[in-house]
Amino acid sequence: MTDWPLLSILTFLPLVGVAFILAVRGDDAAAVENIRRVALITTIFNFILSLGLWFAFDPADGGFQFVEKSEWIPGLISYHLGVDGISMPFVVLTAFLMPFCILASWKAITDRVREYMVAFLVLEMLMIGVFCALDIVIFYIFFEGGLIPMFIIIGVWGGARKIYASFKFFLYTLTGSLLMLLAIIAMYWHAGTTSIPDLMQADFPVSMQIWLWLAFFASFAVKMPMWPVHTWLPDAHVEAPTAGSVLLAGILLKMGGYGFLRFSLPMFPDASQQLAWLVFTLSCIAIVVTSLTALAQRDMKKLIAYSSVAHMGFVTMGIFAMNTQGIQGAVYLMLSHGIVSAALFLCVGVVYDRAHTREISAYGGLVQRMPWYATVFMVFTMANVGLPGTSGFVGEFLAMVGTYKASVLTAFVAATGVILSAAYALYLYRRVVLGPLEKEAMRRMTDLDVREKFIMVPLVFFTILFGVWPNPVLNVTDASINTLVGIVAEKTGTPPEGPQIDASQFTAAHGSSADAVARGMEAIGMTPPASGHGEGAAETHGASETHGASETDAASVTHGAAESGDATPAAAEGEAPGTETPGETNETQASE
Amino acid sequence: MNHIDLPSLAPLLPEIILALFAIVLLMAGAFSDEEATPTISIMAIVGIIGAIVAICLTTPGQTTFDGAYIVDGFARYLKILALIGAAISILMTIGFARHQAFGRFEYPVLILLSAVGMMLMISANDMIGVYLGLELQSLAIYCAVAINRDSTRSTEAGLKYFVLGALSSGMLLYGITLIYGFTGATIFPDIARVLSDGDASLGVIFGLVFVMAGLAFKVSAVPFHMWTPDVYEGAPSPVTAFLAAAPKVAAMALFTRVVFSAFEPISTDWQQIVIFLSIMSMVLGAFAAIGQTNIKRLMAYSSIGHMGYALVGLAAGSPEGVTGVVVYMTIYMITTLGTFACILGMRRADEGMVEDISDLAGLVRTKPWMAAAFTLLLFSLAGIPPLVGFFAKFYVFLAAVKADLIPLAIIGVLSSAVSAFYYLRVIKIMMFDDPRDRFEPMAGELRTVLAVAGAFSLLFFLVWTPILSAATAAAQSFF
Repeated sequence: MTDWPLLSILTFLPLVGVAFILAVRGDDAAAVENIRRVALITTIFNFILSLGLWFAFDPADGGFQFVEKSEWIPGLISYHLGVDGISMPFVVLTAFLMPFCILASWKAITDRVREYMVAFLVLEMLMIGVFCALDIVIFYIFFEGGLIPMFIIIGVWGGARKIYASFKFFLYTLTGSLLMLLAIIAMYWHAGTTSIPDLMQADFPVSMQIWLWLAFFASFAVKMPMWPVHTWLPDAHVEAPTAGSVLLAGILLKMGGYGFLRFSLPMFPDASQQLAWLVFTLSCIAIVVTSLTALAQRDMKKLIAYSSVAHMGFVTMGIFAMNTQGIQGAVYLMLSHGIVSAALFLCVGVVYDRAHTREISAYGGLVQRMPWYATVFMVFTMANVGLPGTSGFVGEFLAMVGTYKASVLTAFVAATGVILSAAYALYLYRRVVLGPLEKEAMRRMTDLDVREKFIMVPLVFFTILFGVWPNPVLNVTDASINTLVGIVAEKTGTPPEGPQIDASQFTAAHGSSADAVARGMEAIGMTPPASGHGEGAAETHGASETHGASETDAASVTHGAAESGDATPAAAEGEAPGTETPGETNETQASE
Repeated sequence: MNHIDLPSLAPLLPEIILALFAIVLLMAGAFSDEEATPTISIMAIVGIIGAIVAICLTTPGQTTFDGAYIVDGFARYLKILALIGAAISILMTIGFARHQAFGRFEYPVLILLSAVGMMLMISANDMIGVYLGLELQSLAIYCAVAINRDSTRSTEAGLKYFVLGALSSGMLLYGITLIYGFTGATIFPDIARVLSDGDASLGVIFGLVFVMAGLAFKVSAVPFHMWTPDVYEGAPSPVTAFLAAAPKVAAMALFTRVVFSAFEPISTDWQQIVIFLSIMSMVLGAFAAIGQTNIKRLMAYSSIGHMGYALVGLAAGSPEGVTGVVVYMTIYMITTLGTFACILGMRRADEGMVEDISDLAGLVRTKPWMAAAFTLLLFSLAGIPPLVGFFAKFYVFLAAVKADLIPLAIIGVLSSAVSAFYYLRVIKIMMFDDPRDRFEPMAGELRTVLAVAGAFSLLFFLVWTPILSAATAAAQSFF
């Protein structure tokens, strides 16, 4: 353990970068280049520091670590920071994604670079602050404060309908959050504290819990976003610059899920249990409806935005399953989605920088000019689908295992969502990357340059790494999630529905870092006499086999795509479904 | 009483200093030419600083004139606040006077007189004192609003304000007579004593309603807000800046004292009225501002809304509520003055002063620092954390939730989401739109005010603890 305030440094280091950027004189090309460099160095440095946080973190401890506390406003708010296994990975994820955002904006943003970088660094500060805050008012300040830079990022550097999108984004999230503010105040008067660890211990009467839960729900559901308050997201995503979309999808959406885990579950466990049906229903609708909506999109970013909403449906579902597997899966899925959706937006950004359109129909046959791109895009598409061997699979699988125990029907509906996600993601991939190279503009496309490879390769690496070896993350989150489940079970007095899990077993077992999938199996198989559960175990077993096989599978797929990209166009055409290719060709010809 | 005592004048020292300054400066101005106006303005500020020093020297907890005048922690805090507002308003006029041919020496003198009236209002512990203070303050402002006597807009605004103000004074007086008639007292503690003895009679309730109508007019709470947009728009901009800041502080202080000192025993009766005023002001302020194109009119509706939020604290009727009101008015005044420093900086070489929101288009490109500070202030007025405006709202809602006024709080936060829309619209025009012609350089004093207000809204936590503890101590005066 270090003595110096690592979390404060992590949170406020970006402000040092801001100071340097403001100190850079002049507006000529050299100054702009310096501004970019300062921003990049600051974010990389912050990422390195966050790695220190990761390694210094003690995964055996389910409580808060690196705690800093000092009085701020006497008797009301204290400056209180700390991380546990749930929030720490998000801090690292934020710090991890920031350098990519800066790199992705290197060439795309040429106008008002100084303000742009300042807005991003301020946003980084606020996002890290959200995950570090242990005082509910401090949390709220960081949570809401993020609206200001994001509003400016969308509004100034956004696309054609940026004004509409930025207003919608701001007002939607503000309205939800203000109700949460009232709930925070009510909690303060009831419990007499704003400290999150103390509030977790506080007992709120059930009737009050319901209201507080609903107020928090209003805020987090908008932020997640859950159906039906998700409509701001596609607009914001489409209009935001690439790096803005990356942060929106990668981090800002996770604040909602993090909020559910940090507040709704431990503080209002009875209400969470009583209202879980609401979350399940909305999650199911979100998964199915938005997946279908995604299928019909013509804009790439919009499609990915809807796919984000669908994935967030899995997250909320997993969280409110209120058992170890579900929550573990939700956290894992959020982290994985943070990397994958961010990467997908970066992929869109790559072609947008070249062709300046996001219309799917404007693309086609990119594989013949951009083999690197086709490979990378393939990996992320597969991860988005949740193909075993990619990080998307572990999270979705765990979330569904957990949900299965809480509500079979929900898990069943959610499983159809996986199929739908394969449909829209592969459909997108085929239309953009595969097919004949017919459009004139597409012939001039160049493959990833060094900077873009530098962005993509680490993301691909982590997507696959966390797909085949989830233990590093699961180890870290394990103890805290067990503590959380323990708090909920203790407060509600009833164990989570379905077969009972003894959380302490996992706490004890975490040192051996059992494989996550095996743990999921074990959880279901723990009550062997019931025949139904036996089936469940069999299913799980099958899935885990797939998982085992997936490493080689995914790798070979990737490989195949890469090879075909290098090879002749004919080979790529052969890979595309033969029956559909002529139709697609006709369509594009007609539109031209 | 066997012999006639001259009441102690020591507690009135700050008022006396200011009144003397006003008279001397009036004479000096009358016997010199227009060149002397800046000097008079600076002397007026010196006088105000003298009064602030005198306030700091007086000991709290004194009354004089048989209890009609009181100096307590609350009065001291709010007087200092109002005087700072007045001083900054005069300061912001100096540059304006230079380039707009606004060289009337009467203006700083009128503000000084108005400041004396405000101080009497804040310290009034008696219905007659209330009326005297209020009239002195208002009459000075009526004249200040119409000071551009060749401008139809200015005179129209002055006349409108005067007629409606006279009406409200009439209502206030009528209320005072009813209360005197039914309780036999004009001094607040005496009224409270009579009221706590038994149930309030219908006459007292009528009186209460009339008094509150008169006070609501002064804080421009809906439905007595009609004058605000017209007067804000019509008055010369520095006068509007003054009008929006210090008098609102004084009127809100008076409102607080009247309901807490005189009508404490019938708090359920006035709470209903305050809740009504508060809801109406917040909602109307939020919705009516959306369609405005003139920045001063927009600020008028914004101030109506903000008075609604301050009244939320009052409606709570608790020490937390009064703290909330005091904190709210402090933050409101500073951010408002900063905003008006921006509005006074909206001047082009060819067009002179401009007031349309669309004139701000693309300000971030032509004047990035001004745009940044203005954006901060607007976000702060919208109540977005981490800016100071959030804490203002936080404190009043804290009090409202504690007093179980949940519906009021919910309406409050929802209307604050609506009001965020029009602040965002101004920000959007400044930040996102294509730039228009550059504004003339801002005068140094405006720049200072803007920088201080912008820094305060961002870095307030450096000075937060003293402000909050002073506000809490001020609120304790009533409990």
